[in-house]
Amino acid sequence: MATHTITVTVNGSQEHLMVPSNMTLLQMLREKMALTGTKNGCEAGECGACTVLVDGEPVNSCMMLAVEVDGRAVTTVEGLAHGGRLSPLQEAFAEHNAVQCGFCTPGVLISAHALLERNPHPTEEEIRAALVGNLCRCTGYLRIIQAVQTAAEHSTLSLSREGST
Amino acid sequence: MLSRPGLPSFDYVRVSDRNEALLLLKEHGEAARLLMGGTDLFVRMRDGLICPRTVVDVKHLPVMRSIAYDEQAGLTVGAAATMNQVACHPDVQGHYPLLAEAAESVASYQLRNRATLGGNLCNGSPAADTAPAALVLGGRIVLYGPGPSTGPSVVRREDQGQRTGSEQSGEREVPVDGFFLGPGQTAIEAGELMTAIRFPIPPADAVGRYLKLGRNKAGDLAIAGVAVYGFPDSAAASGYRFRIGLASVAPVPLRAWDAEKVLAENAPGEETFALAAQKTLEAASPIDDVRASAAYREAMVRNLTLRGLRDVWARLGV
Repeated sequence: MATHTITVTVNGSQEHLMVPSNMTLLQMLREKMALTGTKNGCEAGECGACTVLVDGEPVNSCMMLAVEVDGRAVTTVEGLAHGGRLSPLQEAFAEHNAVQCGFCTPGVLISAHALLERNPHPTEEEIRAALVGNLCRCTGYLRIIQAVQTAAEHSTLSLSREGST
Repeated sequence: MLSRPGLPSFDYVRVSDRNEALLLLKEHGEAARLLMGGTDLFVRMRDGLICPRTVVDVKHLPVMRSIAYDEQAGLTVGAAATMNQVACHPDVQGHYPLLAEAAESVASYQLRNRATLGGNLCNGSPAADTAPAALVLGGRIVLYGPGPSTGPSVVRREDQGQRTGSEQSGEREVPVDGFFLGPGQTAIEAGELMTAIRFPIPPADAVGRYLKLGRNKAGDLAIAGVAVYGFPDSAAASGYRFRIGLASVAPVPLRAWDAEKVLAENAPGEETFALAAQKTLEAASPIDDVRASAAYREAMVRNLTLRGLRDVWARLGV
């Protein structure tokens, strides 16, 4: 079976990797790069635990081949924090206790991050629609939705503060 | 939970044009599979249902991805355009909102970033969410193949694109109505590549609605899916023409022709809609499966049709 040499930017850093044809993006992240924040759930595109951003858009990394990200930029949950500081979205999750076992959380954060990028002020309905592909089996969705709402409000506040200076 | 095995071994080939894909399909036959979004392909490979030796990636080819609207020719959607690209495209939203609604009903946002319109149709699933819309919008499937075909409804045209393979490579079009032959079976012949779906200019003042019933509100496959499309037509006795497309209630997605006839011949209103919903139920031949029983599907296809007709009728602004 063929292997492929790919160049991919992961969380801002450029990598040159040798990947076999049948390696998924999820396997590449977890097994080749030790980025284990991205979880392996259903391996069928149902649960969303493996959600990452490819060129800024969320995808199920279990349903994409590593060779397909050649020349593209991937962001995992490890890439959301900067300089040791959690993103406002991550802080809102901590504030609302929107985490129980935490298995779904990386995927939820990625989907919610992508939502706020394309729609900084989502309604509750829009938040629910954006998270349809991220299943949580323990803490429930209410706190997750509240956390996303809080993060959206904070970004509005910080924007208005910037606007007033 | 049982862990699934990883993907079996295969060679991945990213082709540089359509003819390279045709050559690989010819060389490897059944052992080659085309990759667009992979959302069905990889699931079937993990489940051991198929085991291709070669996976041929065609989704990056410009002809496979573009969405273009022309005031004469209508809409052409590349087979590998993703559901999100289709649902968000201004020309789709502006002229074919029913197609946008259907594309948006598929699975989840992140899956719609990968799942493609062409893949949804060419899998031949009875539950394909975009099939009812493609049926009632009069869609035509563009198939690119190696030579003159012997199949019916063939309009193979000289290919204008770059050619590196056979001199006879070209396109043919198959109406969506007639494309689905059975569960998992379509009119695509061995060695052919689906490149696009074309939609004619919609009739003036047309209104559409896709009603999908799943086990939960979003993210699931359809228990039943009903697309209703209506527009004024002075040639019809009722003054209106309605089209009804169905998914998940028969071996193939299909039109409810008898119901459409009722709606063309009788004045729109509750009585006509009830009769049309009954005729729609009679067009369905559902099965029991993990998602619902046949009896429940029959009841739901009637109710969804009624709701769709009422909604479209209200929005026709009469």
